[in-house]
Amino acid sequence: MFPRPIEQTAPAIQWMYKIALPAALILWLLPLIGVAVTSVRPASDLAQGNYFGIPSYLAFENYADVFRNTPMGRYILNSFIVTIPTVIGAVALSLMTGFALAVYNFRGNLILFFMFVAGNFVPFQILMVPVRDLTLNLGMYNSYHGLALFHIAFQTGFCTLFMRNFIKALPYELIEAARVEGVAEWRIFWFIVLPLMRPAIAALSVLVFTFIWNDFFWATVLTSSPEAQPITAGLSSLNGQWVSAWHLVSAGSILAALPPVLMFFLMQKHFIAGLTLGAVK
Amino acid sequence: MASRSLNQRSLAPWLFLAPGLAMFIVYVIWPIGESLLLSLYDWDGLYNREGEFTGRFVGLANFEELWSDPAFVTSLVNNVIWLALYLLAVPAGLLIAVFLNQSVRGIRLYKSLFFFPFVISQVVVGLIFSWFYAPNFGLFYMIIEWVTGQGVAILAEEKYVTYGIIAAGLWPQIAYVMILYLTGLNNVAPDQVEAARLDGAKGWRMLWYVILPQLRPATFIAVVVTVIGALRSFDLVSIMTTGGPFGSSRVLSFYMYEQALSEYGYRMGYGAAIAVVLFGIMMIFISGFIWKMWRDETER
Repeated sequence: MFPRPIEQTAPAIQWMYKIALPAALILWLLPLIGVAVTSVRPASDLAQGNYFGIPSYLAFENYADVFRNTPMGRYILNSFIVTIPTVIGAVALSLMTGFALAVYNFRGNLILFFMFVAGNFVPFQILMVPVRDLTLNLGMYNSYHGLALFHIAFQTGFCTLFMRNFIKALPYELIEAARVEGVAEWRIFWFIVLPLMRPAIAALSVLVFTFIWNDFFWATVLTSSPEAQPITAGLSSLNGQWVSAWHLVSAGSILAALPPVLMFFLMQKHFIAGLTLGAVK
Repeated sequence: MASRSLNQRSLAPWLFLAPGLAMFIVYVIWPIGESLLLSLYDWDGLYNREGEFTGRFVGLANFEELWSDPAFVTSLVNNVIWLALYLLAVPAGLLIAVFLNQSVRGIRLYKSLFFFPFVISQVVVGLIFSWFYAPNFGLFYMIIEWVTGQGVAILAEEKYVTYGIIAAGLWPQIAYVMILYLTGLNNVAPDQVEAARLDGAKGWRMLWYVILPQLRPATFIAVVVTVIGALRSFDLVSIMTTGGPFGSSRVLSFYMYEQALSEYGYRMGYGAAIAVVLFGIMMIFISGFIWKMWRDETER
């Protein structure tokens, strides 16, 4: 193990480590802690210049205010309506593309694979004008499905990379044995490979959920009003109206951060497994 | 029978690929081609009454205009600064990972909390740091004022604004790199470490000669995601400064958006030309990654 386990060092160093750990964490999360505290600070405190002291009481009314006076509830709902179908769509499509690229040896296999990988890295701006134009022409501008369809297509790139490598690591003998038995290809996919994909599906689902929930660029390019805007775009336009009403900005920020944070804590193992794919040989 | 299953096997991959590939071509591959073409046109994004494209072919005029456009040059320079400073996330992430790679009580929770910033939307990160930097009451402003006697409004100063935004971007990026290295450190071969220890290696020499070579896959991914992240930066600039003050914090991705879709008018062709330049820069890196992956794939 590197570095040397702290239990094997001098007691003084062990003590220092025990103090350094929480100190470093507080320093690291200081901006976030500040915003979390501000989100429950009453507006009167801010007016009197009490920015950093203990809030005079816990003003959960800030959250109530955000819900009452802004379309925040709607924004959150919109985010879910766009994010959930995207997760299902991208995972479903990439299970199939990943299976095709991992199991079959056909001409152009690697080229197609690298096309998916490369497409996943391109700057969004090179897609912006044509995708917006296409969405407008299909009558899907400022709609859930317009945004979700693009996200499904784009995420398929990353998901294909993930699924293909995962299936490639499965024992190939399973598939060969089934073929010898005369099992049809789609049955091999459905009954042999799919049940083994559960960890990959879980990992990709949490990752894609987080990516799409947090997306801001496509939300601003493809939606324009609270009927379809997800929370990131909504928060940005509210930020313009709330000019330095920091207790409200903070409450809104915490609300926007909450679902992916919960997702992360509930599915931590899968989340990290997905993110660190390929970080070890 | 044999020929039927063989036939099925040559057709099957294409049936499995069809839906995903079709979507990907329509929404990713085709638009890239369209943007490349569009960069040669002057177009305001509108169609005439018959629904025909109204753009005018101008050849390379958009690209010629770019070089004499000071806003473009500022954006390009800022992108280089972003790229250079963003790469600090790699050593910084490694440092934190080494710091946290222990097995004391509660360490798992510490690791998760250190990773926290990455899970949060960049919009929220931008708002958090705007508050952090806010003149007169922002925490950062107060600390500077306390140390130097004179507060600095980072986001209002042309000299500092880009660095202020990059610092905000580094926060989640370091968390990402940290988690990559923590996973890597977890898989370092213990016998090699012990052997090196018996040979008297420790500290920095151990890290450099024994540990880092084994962390190479993690380093590769860390560099890839950091480079891509730096060049993709849009959210933070848009949230924290909208390119200001006086356009000094613009980056290519944001300037492209401004030209094509904001009050500057709908200069789609000019916007596409900016996107093509950014795409070209990113393709240099993407080709490098793909080339390495290709080598690993075909070696096996």
